[in-house]
Amino acid sequence: MNPLIPLFVAIPLSGAFIDMILGRFIKGFSRYFTPVIILALASMSIYSAATAGTNPSVYYVGGWEPVKGIPVGICMVMDGFSVLMLCIINIVGFLSAFYSISYIKRFTSDNFYYALFCLMTAGMNGVVLSGDLFNIFVFLEISVISAYALVAFGVEKNELEASFKYQVLGSLASFFILAGIALIYWKTKTLNIADIRETLKPGYDRPFYIFVELLILSGFGIKAAIIPFHAWLPDAHSSAPSPISAMLSGVLIKAAGIYLIIRLFFNLFEINESVAVLITTLGALSMVIGVFLAIGQWDIKRLLAYHSISQMGYVVLSVGMGMILISRGVRHEIAMLAIAGGLYHLVNHAAFKGLLFLNAGAIEYTLGTRDLKEMGGLGKSMPATSATSFIASMSISGIPPFNGFFSKIIIIIAAVMARFYFLAFLAILVSIITLASFLKFQRYAFYNREDAKVEKGIKEVPFPMVFSMVIMSLLCIILSLLAFPGIRDAILTPATDILTDPAKYKDLVIGI
Amino acid sequence: MTAYILCFILFLVGLYGVITRRNLVKIAISLSVMELSTFLLFALIGYADGGVAPIVDPSNPAKVYVDPMPQALVLTAIVIGLATTAMLMATIIRLYRKYGTFDIREIKNLKG
Repeated sequence: MNPLIPLFVAIPLSGAFIDMILGRFIKGFSRYFTPVIILALASMSIYSAATAGTNPSVYYVGGWEPVKGIPVGICMVMDGFSVLMLCIINIVGFLSAFYSISYIKRFTSDNFYYALFCLMTAGMNGVVLSGDLFNIFVFLEISVISAYALVAFGVEKNELEASFKYQVLGSLASFFILAGIALIYWKTKTLNIADIRETLKPGYDRPFYIFVELLILSGFGIKAAIIPFHAWLPDAHSSAPSPISAMLSGVLIKAAGIYLIIRLFFNLFEINESVAVLITTLGALSMVIGVFLAIGQWDIKRLLAYHSISQMGYVVLSVGMGMILISRGVRHEIAMLAIAGGLYHLVNHAAFKGLLFLNAGAIEYTLGTRDLKEMGGLGKSMPATSATSFIASMSISGIPPFNGFFSKIIIIIAAVMARFYFLAFLAILVSIITLASFLKFQRYAFYNREDAKVEKGIKEVPFPMVFSMVIMSLLCIILSLLAFPGIRDAILTPATDILTDPAKYKDLVIGI
Repeated sequence: MTAYILCFILFLVGLYGVITRRNLVKIAISLSVMELSTFLLFALIGYADGGVAPIVDPSNPAKVYVDPMPQALVLTAIVIGLATTAMLMATIIRLYRKYGTFDIREIKNLKG
């Protein structure tokens, strides 16, 4: 029993209500209160990462411990992979909330904004901690319903249209997921992930589970915006307020989509080769098509949103390669390397894509436009934004010594060692096109032009925005340390261990 | 088995509506139809022919009980569905105020 686990959901959930109640009487209360509670969560998640990585723990809600190996209550599991996700969610969440202190002054009714922000954090923390399928669905809905509202927060034409698209596709995804859960419950009469895995003894109904896997994959694929399901993402991510774009792109598509795909396909379903090949193909497709869609964009936030699809493709691709190798039962250590590379890229993407969206927000805050053609020459007047966005751009395009280089090189090495030469070639190609696209962003936004059109009255954004951007850029540099063996063993290895060894997960949840 | 097939047909009816209708409110209605068909599937899973409410009766061990778990889950899912529908309707009302139409073909600011 780890008493910290329920607090990850309880604190932001109660924070949302306190924001709404006290924020009504005390002016500016929620603006400062929300970053404080999310900072508390972030420090708790870092503490958990230091302790729970090697020593995972389970919390049984209401004290309902499993009886004779059968779980009777709801359980929340904190293992290496969940802790990794908790760190991303809460650290990016804190920086976005802190950034919002200045940014959100453009909007009215900031109490609603912060309450929804807390709810979204609570939902995502719940999703990554839950060890029960239906609970995952409930927390998922909490986080995405708040995300629908936050996307529409500007209540102008574009925001509402984007939110409507997101809602229709998101609801469709929810029905697929719910139908998948219903079919799993039909066969197994249980909802606990570890317990469901127990029922998949040899000789179980394989074709039935293939159908369920496809249902679940398309459901979470829509939430994660893998390529054939990506239509909502560029609209939603570019229309939301910038700190929320950073949250959506940096965290929500991972917690609500990629995390669950990885978790369910490793710890719940038995890995088989056809589904693994399908997942790898989807990853490769979104990696390539995403970057080609991005390169023609002139709206900064749309450009970044398409790059999110492409970078998520890297994660799905390398995890899929690991699944193929595991299903063939060969070269286990290369499979581990591929999965570790994917998870590492997941963490890195949260840092640099969060930072890029915050940069885009800073530019929009100063100039009031998102069109690259109308910018130029900001490099001198906004030094902090310029420097941090340079770090993030180099990081996403995989230039050493920034973090993106190390995770991409691990993925490419794993692909070469597993003899998927074509996939390795695609990964390198996409990385080069990404570099081209970000050089365009740098040039048009910050250098290009020296004339007077934008110079007048342009100055650096206020302190909270600069602070968040600087911390994020430091994270971009610090995270490259994760590639070194000692630190990798402490943080990434527990996550890959728990994924590749379902028996370990089962022992943890149900007990022996 | 017929019930499951009818349930699937209901799902397809909803999907057809979402794809072909041009009116925002009709899309929302079609989504609700899909949602209800999913709930129906979930509730059917717990159904047992001739079953009674699961209050254990020690004097008659041969009694057939329905599974109460899917019912509890469907109740939760209905509450979530209510929130989603309310959010969707609120968005539709705001869209109507901005664009002055419910026609999805005229609401296309975002593309590319």
